[in-house]
Amino acid sequence: MTELRAGQGAQTLAPPRIEARPQRYRDVLIALAAFVVLALLPMMFGSKQLLDFVIRCAAYGLFATSLNLLVGYTGLISFGHGMFFGLGAYGFGLMMQKTGVPIPVAFLVTLAITCVIAVIIGAICVRLKEIYFAFVTLAFQMLIHSTILSWQSLTGGDQGLRGGIPRPPFLGIDLSNHLHLYITSCALLVIGLLLMRQIAQSPFGYTLRMIRDNATRASFIGIDVWRAKLVIFVLAALFAATGGMIMALFVSGAYPEFAYWTISGEGIFINMLGGVTTFLGPMVGTVLLLILNDTVTRLTEYHGIVLGVVILFFAIGLRKGLMDFVVEWFAQRRGEGRG
Amino acid sequence: MDLDALASCLASPACLVTQTTSGLIIGMLLFLVAVGLTLIFGVLKVVNFSHGAFYMFGAYFAMTAYQLTGSFALAILAGAAGTAILGLTFERLFMSRVYGRDVLMQLLVCYAFVLIFDDVVRMIWGPEFKSMGMPAAFQVPPLFIAGGVVPPYYLLLIGVALAAAVVLGLGLARSRIGKVIRAAAHNPGMVSALGINTGLIYGGVFALGGMLAGLAGALAAPVRSLTPGMGFSVLIESFIVTVIGGMGSILGALIGALLIGLIRSFGSLSFPLFTEGLMYLFMVIVLVSRPTGLFGKEVA
Repeated sequence: MTELRAGQGAQTLAPPRIEARPQRYRDVLIALAAFVVLALLPMMFGSKQLLDFVIRCAAYGLFATSLNLLVGYTGLISFGHGMFFGLGAYGFGLMMQKTGVPIPVAFLVTLAITCVIAVIIGAICVRLKEIYFAFVTLAFQMLIHSTILSWQSLTGGDQGLRGGIPRPPFLGIDLSNHLHLYITSCALLVIGLLLMRQIAQSPFGYTLRMIRDNATRASFIGIDVWRAKLVIFVLAALFAATGGMIMALFVSGAYPEFAYWTISGEGIFINMLGGVTTFLGPMVGTVLLLILNDTVTRLTEYHGIVLGVVILFFAIGLRKGLMDFVVEWFAQRRGEGRG
Repeated sequence: MDLDALASCLASPACLVTQTTSGLIIGMLLFLVAVGLTLIFGVLKVVNFSHGAFYMFGAYFAMTAYQLTGSFALAILAGAAGTAILGLTFERLFMSRVYGRDVLMQLLVCYAFVLIFDDVVRMIWGPEFKSMGMPAAFQVPPLFIAGGVVPPYYLLLIGVALAAAVVLGLGLARSRIGKVIRAAAHNPGMVSALGINTGLIYGGVFALGGMLAGLAGALAAPVRSLTPGMGFSVLIESFIVTVIGGMGSILGALIGALLIGLIRSFGSLSFPLFTEGLMYLFMVIVLVSRPTGLFGKEVA
């Protein structure tokens, strides 16, 4: 059906080059500024809790934003994206515990393993229609979860990877030092977001939007839909695994909950909470969910009810995420000012 | 991994009978849950991600009714009727607002209710494991068929589930209501134009699906332990069943459920820790060879 290759078809959709370049510089500048602000945070507020919070935001934020590449940009509703979060955490933890290679090596090898697994799972899943896709990814998530539970000799079963993950210093960066861990997490977050932003704004990113809006038309134009979906599935998996690795470093271990379906459910919820139409929506959603989770668990043991009601409020009441709402509100105000 | 255990069981009729009946009851319970899921999907075009909660409520309703009245028949009735009412309420108040919206919204509304229902059960019945106990009428010595042990209750369970399957299949194929439901699945606009209240049909189908899951929960209550969150693993399994059988196909749900039940009971002999994994593997194999399931049509 497709004689043209994905890249060639995509070029017709590319935004004008003149605009693209300044925007890239702007993104890099924003990323640098964000990193500087985050790096200065420990000097202004010494509280360990705040730093912990930012590290968790980095882990979940990378995960949720990568899920948005699938859900928001490509229209692939993955309900098993959390498996790559878990894979990242376990892959990295095991690599550090069993082999003792330097941290960057373990990082890259984990990404490579995730890439291979994501290609296999993605090749099976991405040709399925949306609801099948959602649940087959969920089933793969449960497959990985039950593998982790049953492969006790390697993963420690339901106890998780215990005994801590060794974190030998590398080039003067000592990740067992809380401040170093914090800065590294922030750096990974900012770099990850910047890369994902580049993917989203690239011609390939626009190809994905087109597949979301009308896959049939995209394939008539000569785009290999299956391949484009597979590529973004694998790329998103890599960023999710990075989030998982930050989490493994943070808790110095890996637990089966990291690969459980609720992580995927939370990811979808975060996207909904923040909104999928803006790039930073999932990041906003992450911060909101973590604050919500922390407050609610402190106040009541029935936090499922509270979270459920909040989800219902957004899904049925507001019908969109917070960032979608804010963006629309601004657009409306600007419209009024002009008119 | 212990393949010898499987081989020696396959060689002995006693073990074969025991494992097959235990596979059948797993399969039959799964069928009751999965058929509701597939029916709701076929007519309403939504995947009821909170379907497991109806199974859970069915079990808890049955336990409470049994403790209050001491009658097992009333307990089953309470489980089925209670979840039917719950299903109708849930559909009219919440699900009906997300028809035709994107899948993400439908999943989220259901996800919210998975969280809420689990906590509601925790509030009312407590977080600990509960057990209803075998009703007095079935506390009799097991039957021995070819040397295999078969508790009489298992026969009742299989019989009730089979009866439900037959009534449902015939009802949909032959009765007037069945025809209306199939028409509504095919073309709701036309059905509504012919003066039939589609909202009522949708609510009714959802209630029916909920009732079947509740019936499964009530039947499972004497042989399973009850805990908040018990619905979720059943949901995942019954989803695997519908994917294997093909979304929207009742026969597919039956075949898929029996296959999964047998895989679980025989698989547990050789791979005690990886029985769940076996199911997922089986599903993957089916999906790779037939992306719409064994009995699915291209429309899904």
